[in-house]
Amino acid sequence: MALAAGRGPGEPRRVAYLYILPALLVFGLFVLVPLVRTAQFSLYEWNGLGASTWAGLSNYQDVFTEPQLRGAFVHALVLIVFYAVVPVTLGLLLAAAMSRALLRGMGFFRVVLFLPQVIPMVVVAIAWRQIYEPNGPLNDVLRFVGLDSLARPWLGDYTWALPSVGIVGTWVGTGLCLVLFLAGMSRIPRELYEAARLDGAGAFREFRAITLPSLRGEMAVALTLTVIAALKTFDLVYVMTSGGPGTETTVPSYQVYNNAFLLGRVGVATALAVVLTLLLFVATVLINRVGERGQR
Amino acid sequence: MTISRGERLANYAVLVLFAVIAVFPVLLILQTALSNDQIGGGGSFHFENFADAWDQGHFGSYLRTSIVVAILVVGLSTLFSVLAGYAFGTMRFRGSEVLFYVILLGIMVPAEALVIALYFDLREVGLTNTLVAIVAPQVAQSTAFGTFWMRAYFRGSSREVVEAARLDGAGHWATLWRILVPMGRPAVTTMIVLVFMWTWNEFLIPLIMATDESLRTAPLGLAFFQGQYTSGTALLAAGATLVALPVVVLYLFLQRHFIRGMVEGAVK
Repeated sequence: MALAAGRGPGEPRRVAYLYILPALLVFGLFVLVPLVRTAQFSLYEWNGLGASTWAGLSNYQDVFTEPQLRGAFVHALVLIVFYAVVPVTLGLLLAAAMSRALLRGMGFFRVVLFLPQVIPMVVVAIAWRQIYEPNGPLNDVLRFVGLDSLARPWLGDYTWALPSVGIVGTWVGTGLCLVLFLAGMSRIPRELYEAARLDGAGAFREFRAITLPSLRGEMAVALTLTVIAALKTFDLVYVMTSGGPGTETTVPSYQVYNNAFLLGRVGVATALAVVLTLLLFVATVLINRVGERGQR
Repeated sequence: MTISRGERLANYAVLVLFAVIAVFPVLLILQTALSNDQIGGGGSFHFENFADAWDQGHFGSYLRTSIVVAILVVGLSTLFSVLAGYAFGTMRFRGSEVLFYVILLGIMVPAEALVIALYFDLREVGLTNTLVAIVAPQVAQSTAFGTFWMRAYFRGSSREVVEAARLDGAGHWATLWRILVPMGRPAVTTMIVLVFMWTWNEFLIPLIMATDESLRTAPLGLAFFQGQYTSGTALLAAGATLVALPVVVLYLFLQRHFIRGMVEGAVK
C-alpha cells in the first residue's frame, strides 16, 4: 500500500474543492455517517422496531463472552488457515520448486489459475455444494477408490463442515498465490542463485536466503487479499451452510446479519461489525508493516 | 540457467494439475447446466435449460437489475474518482492530506460496518427497497478506492505535458478531459474493470437493502433460487452460469487489467 501522501503536488488551487466535492459528499453520506451511526448503535439495545435503551459496552461484552459469537471469530481464525496460510505456503513451495526457467504458455496458465478470483462467490458456493453432495463427485471418487468409510454428507457433518467451507477458500486463493509468486520469482536475478550455488548453499538455504526475502512484497499482497477474504467470508457461508450444522460454520459477517435481521439484536450486530472492522484494520496494517520491512 | 527435460516436464505437470483443479468446479457447473433433468428426454446438450432459467427462474429479470446497478455504480464512481483523483494528484489545497487519509481509511471499512445502520436510517426516510439504497453505498465505497487509484495515476502523470497544455491555453478542466484522461486510459480501464467485478459480485448490500423480487441482483436471485431447489439440478446450474458469464467473459478479454488491478489495489 502506497500510503505516503508527501507534500501536496502541483500549485495551490481553490477549485480543487469543487473537484473533490461529489466524492466527499457521497463518501461522507454513505460511508462516514453510517460508520459513525454503526458505532452509535452498538452502544444501545434495540430490536429494530421499538424503543432503544442505553446499553453502554454490554453489547461488546456479549461479543467476547457469548459462546456463539466468540465461536464465529474462532471459525474465522480457522478460515484464515485455509484461505491464507495454506495457499501462501503451497504457492511459495511450488514456485520455489519450479525452477525459474522461462516456461512457454505461462500466459494461459495465469488466466486459468487466476479464474477462481473473479467468479461470483455465490456461483462458487453452488458449484462446491454440488461437489460435497452425499452423491456428489467427491464422495463418488472416495467410493471409487475404496474409501467408502470416508464418504459423508460433508456440509452436514459437525466435524467436517467448517474445513469443507475452508477448502473452497483454499481453492480460491491458491491460484492467486501461485500466479503472484511465479511472477515474483521471474524478477529475481539469476546471478544470486548462481552465486549461492558457488558458495555451496543447498536448496533450503537458497530458499531462505534468496527466495523468501525477494518475495516479501508479493507475500504481503497475497496475505492482505486472502486474510481479508477470510475475515469477510459471508456469501459462501450464507449459500453453502447458513452457519450450520448447528453453529459449526458461523462467521462474524454471518452473525452480524443474523443478529441484526433474524434475531432482532441490532446492538449486538453493530458491536460485532465494529470489532470485525477493527480486526480488518489491524490485520491489514500488520501484514503491510511486515511486507514493507522486507523491501528495504 | 538450463534445466533438464525432466524438470521442465515436472513444472508443467504441477501447472496442469492446478489448472485442472481451478477449472473443475466451473466445468462441473457447465456440464450440469447442459444436462437433462427430465426423465425420458433425449439429446446430449440441453441448451433449453438456459431459456428456462431465463424465464421460469426469473434470471432475465435478475440480470437486468444487475446491469442497471453496475452501470450506475461504475459510471458514477468513475466520474467522481477521476475528478477527486485529479484534485488530490495535481493540486495543492488546505486539508488535502487529512481528507485523503480519511478516504484511504474508508477503503478498508467493510460493508458490514455500514449496511445495518444505513438500512435503518434509510428506512426512516423510506428509501429502503429502492435502487438508491443498493447503488449509493457501492458508489461510495468504489469512489473511495477509485480516488486512491486515480490519484496515483495523476501524480505520476508527466508535468511537462500539463505545462504544455497550459501554455496552449487549456484550463484545468480541458487539461483533465482532453489530455490526462485520454492518456490515462489503461489506469481508468483497470479501475472500471475492478469496480464492475466488485459490483457484479456484491452480495451483502443488495441482500439487506432490497427485499422486493424486482430489485434482486443476479447473485442474490441465484442464492434465493438455490434455497428452493436441491443442488445439482440443471436449472440451478444454468442460472449460475448466466450469473457468472458477464464477469468471466470480461475477464477473458481484459485479464491483464483484472490481475494487475487486484494485485496493485490489494487494499480493498
